[in-house]
Amino acid sequence: MEHYTMNLTLKVWKQKNANTAGSFETYQVKDISSEMSFLEMFDVLNEQLIREGKEPIAFDHDCREGICGMCSMYINGRPHGPWHGTTTCQLHMRAFKDGDTIVVEPWRANAFPVVKDLVVDRTSFDRIIQAGGYISANTGSAVDGNAIPIDKNKADKAFAAAACIGCGACVAACKNSSAMLFVSAKVSHLALLPQGEVERKSRVLNMVSQMDKEGFGSCTFTQACEAVCPKEISVSNISRLNGEYIIAGLTSENS
Amino acid sequence: MFDSKIRAGKLEEKWVDYKGHCKLVNPANKRKLEIIIVGTGLAGASAAAALAEQGYKVKAFCFQDSPRRAHSIAAQGGINAAKNYQNDGDSVFRLFYDTIKGGDYRAREANVHRLAEVSANIIDQCVAQGVPFAREYGGLLNNRSFGGTQVKRTFYAAGQTGQQLLIGAYQAMERQVALGNVTMYNRHEMLEVVLIDGKARGIIARDLVSGKLERHFGHAVLLCTGGYGNVFYLSTNAMGSNVTAAWKAHRKGALFANPCFTQIHPTCIPVTGDHQSKLTLMSESLRNDGRIWVPKKQNDTRKANDIPEEERDYFLERRYPAFGNLVPRDVASRAAKERCDAGYGVGTTKQAVYLDFRYNLINKYGRAEASKKGIHNPDEATLVAFGKEVVKEEYGNLFDMYEKITGENPYEVPMRIYPAVHYTMGGLWVDYELMTNVPGLYSLGEANFSDHGANRLGASALMQGLADGYFVIPYTIGNYLADEIATKPIPTSHEAFEAAERNVSDRISTLMNIRGKQTVESFHKRLGKIMWEKCGMARNAQGLQEAVKEIQALKKEFWNDVRIPGDINEMNPELDKAGRVADFIELGELMCIDAMERNESCGGHFREEYQTPDGEALRQDDQYMYVAAWEMKGEHQWQLHKEELKYEVIKPTQRNYK
Ligand SMILES: Cc1cc2nc3c(=O)[nH]c(=O)nc-3n(C[C@H](O)[C@H](O)[C@H](O)COP(=O)(O)OP(=O)(O)OC[C@H]3O[C@@H](n4cnc5c(N)ncnc54)[C@H](O)[C@@H]3O)c2cc1C
Ligand code: SF4
Ligand code: FES
Repeated sequence: MEHYTMNLTLKVWKQKNANTAGSFETYQVKDISSEMSFLEMFDVLNEQLIREGKEPIAFDHDCREGICGMCSMYINGRPHGPWHGTTTCQLHMRAFKDGDTIVVEPWRANAFPVVKDLVVDRTSFDRIIQAGGYISANTGSAVDGNAIPIDKNKADKAFAAAACIGCGACVAACKNSSAMLFVSAKVSHLALLPQGEVERKSRVLNMVSQMDKEGFGSCTFTQACEAVCPKEISVSNISRLNGEYIIAGLTSENS
Repeated sequence: MFDSKIRAGKLEEKWVDYKGHCKLVNPANKRKLEIIIVGTGLAGASAAAALAEQGYKVKAFCFQDSPRRAHSIAAQGGINAAKNYQNDGDSVFRLFYDTIKGGDYRAREANVHRLAEVSANIIDQCVAQGVPFAREYGGLLNNRSFGGTQVKRTFYAAGQTGQQLLIGAYQAMERQVALGNVTMYNRHEMLEVVLIDGKARGIIARDLVSGKLERHFGHAVLLCTGGYGNVFYLSTNAMGSNVTAAWKAHRKGALFANPCFTQIHPTCIPVTGDHQSKLTLMSESLRNDGRIWVPKKQNDTRKANDIPEEERDYFLERRYPAFGNLVPRDVASRAAKERCDAGYGVGTTKQAVYLDFRYNLINKYGRAEASKKGIHNPDEATLVAFGKEVVKEEYGNLFDMYEKITGENPYEVPMRIYPAVHYTMGGLWVDYELMTNVPGLYSLGEANFSDHGANRLGASALMQGLADGYFVIPYTIGNYLADEIATKPIPTSHEAFEAAERNVSDRISTLMNIRGKQTVESFHKRLGKIMWEKCGMARNAQGLQEAVKEIQALKKEFWNDVRIPGDINEMNPELDKAGRVADFIELGELMCIDAMERNESCGGHFREEYQTPDGEALRQDDQYMYVAAWEMKGEHQWQLHKEELKYEVIKPTQRNYK
């Protein structure tokens, strides 16, 4: 790999808090190495701002290895930036070249209000999980782990859905701000496993109802979500959710 | 010394005996008892779920925007359990034995045996929650091997085991949130423990969005706040991982045990430059299938694939034929460092060795797949193609991660790896009940010191976190709270809360008012450099003495010249970080003091003065068979308490992986 350095112009969304209006600010950064991660480039910028006596830019991040789901930047019109199947923290600067201008915004969705600069509030996702994204199995009550064999193919599919990191890029990419990919990943993960069977119907109904309450839009299946999902969660999960939802609606005793 | 509360009697009966005799709290009384849990990683989330299921009123705190993002999410390779599903000779005793030996005989027998006993329940519980562990074609659970063992007892979900386990615990906890049994406070940082009449009765937490300080009462307080590896600045931990909660407890009288026992993990992506903010682990499970080597020639500049087989030194297989690439982490790390220091390192910085999958890709997986498909004389290209598919399924996310960071394709060229700070065996001193020496103050998971001695075996941290939370604390806390059922919730207007809050707010104001010139990050980097060079993979008395002086000077400079932008009453990540770095500086000093005091090498603590002729760690059992538990006495002052370790079942010997 050839390494190089670059000078860049950054246009970044600045917003003091949820109650004030925000706007773009323009910054210059110099001598950025192609080996840096995108967030390390932000570290360089923030260090520079602090030294100049200015306010650094607030952004969410923690693991910096693509698994916690905390980082969340909308880069040049795309959640998590140009690389496929990649979180913001895993995006590296070799994706850019000298002289580029990069525009960085927070996730935009009614259900994800801005907290400050690039930081948004995603607690709506936690509340959707609270509505039913679990299997009720009190500690200590479990049978032996091998008591119920599970078809490997199904277990693999459940795992692929469970790989969702709850970042919200799917919502940010969707013109309706729908959370369907996130919700369907959880519904699929649990519906595919025999342990999830008992609560299968109430789970899907309650999670979808909570999603609506939180103000996420409806799904018109444009599949923009799958294209930007850093964990490549498949839209086939949305089809599965729709099927689960219809069956649950038809057969639920509460309906 | 403080009482470790380990019962007399046979080792394998201690836990059963404890459970049979500990005090209980009846369901009606549980509803009147409030428990504060700081941290929602595997330890905290599992404790929150388990205690709330029993009816306790739980308040849980984390500094991330959601409890699901705790650093446990990043654990990759797997979780151990003595299930013996592979019929390869595993048992509770063997898991216990491996863990004690792996820890270089510096852990308590009783704790470790309990851990091995409950390990099997963890797997059952997780499967019941819907954790999608890897399975065989027959539908049963699959296992892989980890370092320091000769059986296959590690359960896994590709390279995302921590993620799947944490999501299981998180969902169990969210279920309790929905039921009203857990109140969750995210984006909150605990900054003080409140003591009333010598007992832990609550915390002061800062709302990281508004900057406001809050007072929270609890009949007991659990610190499940993770490890302190970030004292080295560069580590495999998440950016926010810190020692602050444990350190506040330490300043309030809780003992800090074995602080110098830190684990350097052999297989991490090497540092590329000064801009580096963290290091990325390549899971130990890769050593199942990857072979570690360097060129036999010094300063060899050929590309890895151009170096013929006979000119490669598979140094772990050469030095440790019995365990080969699966020696414990401390041993593997030192062996890699030795090769690099001797001039055999690879890559531009020469601070790296190769981790190569080609052999197993072709011979193990490629051949197996070919014969499954009935192909008798497959050519190499076919074998490679088949092998890649299997490797992708086992470790795909790790290979992708490697490629994103380095720009190199590890299916084609060997990975370059180097040791990095990964885990901290030291932590708050706790007794058998996981209670610190402060009554009512508990510590679970990586934050405590309890089970791993001087070196943790791979896939055992996840096991310990979940053991503590699901299966230990639900029993042991009852033994304490049974005597608290008459204690009414104490109003947070109590003077102890008032004083604690004032303490916190004074410190924040002091920090903000320094208005110096240097950034928080620059201090953290300097601290990390001192720690890595003088209290890292190899230590000596002289270096440690220098380090203590340098850290004391750094502390002074920090409190005179740090610059924190922004305001107190708003979201201010630099202020959060400043508080954490200030605590890391104090911890760093104690780590060096502890390392200096321990005149022996054991596990991850390698004192250059104490080694065998072939460079292995040389313990001094006659003098150092103890837990070093430090009590803070004042600025730069600590008093050492020794908890003697008694081995009743296992006879300590020099660890031998040859
Ligand atoms: C990259 C990586 C891979 C690993 N892989 C494995 C593996 O394969 N197998 C294995 O067994 N182990 C592995 N480990 C180790 C293991 O992941 C950790 O030891 C374990 O997950 C720690 O869990 P915990 O619950 O103790 O703490 P954490 O998961 O670190 O959680 C700490 C919690 O405390 C909160 N917190 C901290 N301070 C405060 C405060 N002051 N106020 C409020 N909240 C606070 C945080 O928000 C968080 O919720 C790995 C570690 C790393 C770094
Ligand atoms: S579905 Fe994908 S984009 Fe949406 S939250 Fe999950 S990981 Fe993120
Ligand atoms: S910081 Fe964790 S996924 Fe990006």
